[in-house]
Amino acid sequence: MSEEIVFDCLHAEIVNYCLYGNKENDFSTLEYIGFTTGYRLIERMTRDVPRFKDELETIKFICTDFWTSIYKKQVDNLRTNNQGMYVVQDKAFRFLTRITPGEKQLEHAPKFVAFTCGLVRGALSNLGINSSVTAEVQCIPACKFHIEVSRA
Amino acid sequence: MAVCVAVIGKDNSPLYLSTTDMDKELELQYRVHAALDVIEEKCQVGVKGTPETKELYLGLLYATETHKIYGFVTNTKVKLILVIDSGNIALRENEVRAMFRNLHILYTDAVCNPFFLPGEQLISKKFDRAVQKLMSGNI
Repeated sequence: MSEEIVFDCLHAEIVNYCLYGNKENDFSTLEYIGFTTGYRLIERMTRDVPRFKDELETIKFICTDFWTSIYKKQVDNLRTNNQGMYVVQDKAFRFLTRITPGEKQLEHAPKFVAFTCGLVRGALSNLGINSSVTAEVQCIPACKFHIEVSRA
Repeated sequence: MAVCVAVIGKDNSPLYLSTTDMDKELELQYRVHAALDVIEEKCQVGVKGTPETKELYLGLLYATETHKIYGFVTNTKVKLILVIDSGNIALRENEVRAMFRNLHILYTDAVCNPFFLPGEQLISKKFDRAVQKLMSGNI
């Protein structure tokens, strides 16, 4: 257990560092860190995995194996409209579980999910899927990620 | 063992190329480029042989009088290509497979280097040394 807390602490510090000073609402650095991390991580994680058949299979891999390796749990729900929109729901999102649920805390929730948005986007981008990922927190510690695949 | 190792990016741009014989580098580059068409053909979805297409290792792409060209495509669409001297008949299929596995591990390690920028050419002394070792066959 003690090893897992290290990642949580590091993440919290990165969030503080990136948003320090007058950059309080600028999540681009956090998102970028997530992107490069996801990009590199997926290269390693898909090493011994057979080739993905289609987009859905790729997203499923993100929701199961990829999520487990980072957050020690799978996502709770994955929904899609089969037209490139995916909604990933995690009912106990790791970076939010240590925050007390409440109105005031909810205001600060977006900064703890920005890294993950980038992470997912980076991983998908390296697998050949260009997307935009946004997060939505309605009630701590639950979190929804909207993945919108851009088809060009 | 191998005379040429090439890493080709997802947009078919060359990321890395190394040969044992500098004089033949251009000729070997042609071989590698010719292989890209074969790879594209093999990776098309929905065409015959479903169990094979699921594997990252693509097997022998084509052979010429002097060389045999083998291919491997990672999940991230990065192509690894090995050119092997046809005269080397002792080399077995599973040895080629093992070489690709090692090369893939080397590549992922190189990508995880924070100084490597995705999509850029792969310039790394460590990777270079390991590939030279791989080509000479003592890994």
